[in-house]
Amino acid sequence: MSSTQSMLELLSPYPPGWGGVLLSGAFSTVMISLGAYLVGMLIGLLGAIGKLKGNRPVLFVLDVYTTAVRAIPELILIIGLYYAGTDGLNRILLTLGLPAIEINGFVAAIAVLGIVQGAYMTEVLRGAILAIPVGQIEAASAFGMRPFLRFRRIVLPALMPNALPGLANLWMSVTKDSALIAVVGYQELALATRLAAGNTKHYFLFFLAAAALYLVITLLSNVVFGLLESRFRRGQPKTV
Amino acid sequence: MTKEAPPALLVDDVHKSYGIHEVLKGISLSAAKGDVISLIGSSGSGKSTFLRCINFLEIPDRGRFVINGEDVLLKPGHGGRAYPASWRQIERIRTGLAMVFQSFNLWPHMTVLENVIEAPVYVLKMNRKEAIERAEGLLAKVGLYEKRHAYPAFMSGGQQQRASIARALCVDPAVMLFDEPTSALDPELVGEVLKVIRDLAEEGRTMLLVTHEMKFARDVSNHVMFLHQGRVEEEGPPAQVFGAPISARCREFTGALNN
Repeated sequence: MSSTQSMLELLSPYPPGWGGVLLSGAFSTVMISLGAYLVGMLIGLLGAIGKLKGNRPVLFVLDVYTTAVRAIPELILIIGLYYAGTDGLNRILLTLGLPAIEINGFVAAIAVLGIVQGAYMTEVLRGAILAIPVGQIEAASAFGMRPFLRFRRIVLPALMPNALPGLANLWMSVTKDSALIAVVGYQELALATRLAAGNTKHYFLFFLAAAALYLVITLLSNVVFGLLESRFRRGQPKTV
Repeated sequence: MTKEAPPALLVDDVHKSYGIHEVLKGISLSAAKGDVISLIGSSGSGKSTFLRCINFLEIPDRGRFVINGEDVLLKPGHGGRAYPASWRQIERIRTGLAMVFQSFNLWPHMTVLENVIEAPVYVLKMNRKEAIERAEGLLAKVGLYEKRHAYPAFMSGGQQQRASIARALCVDPAVMLFDEPTSALDPELVGEVLKVIRDLAEEGRTMLLVTHEMKFARDVSNHVMFLHQGRVEEEGPPAQVFGAPISARCREFTGALNN
């Protein structure tokens, strides 16, 4: 009885309970993931268009980017990009005669994870664009649509059904990759859990609680992606 | 054919090659307002490529194009081939040349009505309400008013092709381009699409029609061009091309399909 009570006390969102720390960590995890996902999507869209329409130098740069990012373990990329990124930026500022800045951990996390996501997104979106029947794009051209209008009105909605399963995978993976940000000291769910567990010595309890929170994030994401998919597939007959 | 009015479409000496293979070896065509011109010929004769050169879905190597009174500006590109000088001009001209494709090419993420109003609203900047009214009228005309909120994938091929004709009509094109509009249809669905095209011809729409429907071409057009290996082998009024062709190849081709 008393052990159940003490568990609840430990998980309470109000101090001395650690629930609040865990919840704010989970919130950070979601925000970092969301930011990185959007940055990654922007990079991915540009990357996919670049790979499909670009000239040789553009293709070369994009190939190096997608190959390198997908070849190197994410933990190493995160540490490397984080320290190299901050150091590089400060060196540039120094040569410009500006004072060095402390990079906000949140912004750095989004930038670093976004660059990683962007490489995978480039490939997902490139494949999704290639899967659009060329006639649909020709029809848009034949009605006088300019390239940007054509992309916004025809290509983008047409690629979404093809891209969504891959995009959902990437979202699920970024919510967990964000845990790697703990190594550079930003407090998201994984680091918050370690903190709580270390302070109370209730490792099992807090890691189980964190696992439950990750599961909740995943289940909610499943619902959202399910809704998105039925929205974007509204024009397609259901296959049995 | 009344020759006083300036032609709706004038195409002169179009050439097009893919690599060393010359697909079009100098084809010319002039269409007055209200003309219905059918392009016939066996597969590979270049008729579809020629049609696609007119709205620059294929870029011709050379040729002169006057569309709705506007001369298409071309500049020399790679290897002495012509290249559009201004894509803006091409885009503007395309809005006056609606195309109906063999495989319909409706946009699957939009309902029929949304397909029809897409170009009027987003390209021609027509008021949305006006466009919907206009589109509903056109859909009623092609017998699809009831289906206006359906998605293309849930309709038969004949319905999809009629919807795509309504989509083409909604931009009120000076010239309509039909690229084998019934070739992808089941035989029992061909009739409903041909009927819609026939009504348009009778209304005085200017049309270029690439087709394998010989009987239809003979009935509906006032000028027929028989293409063979990238050249116009025979052309004239349907009575001549189908009834008394000068070219032996044309006689063979139309004869084979007439029987």
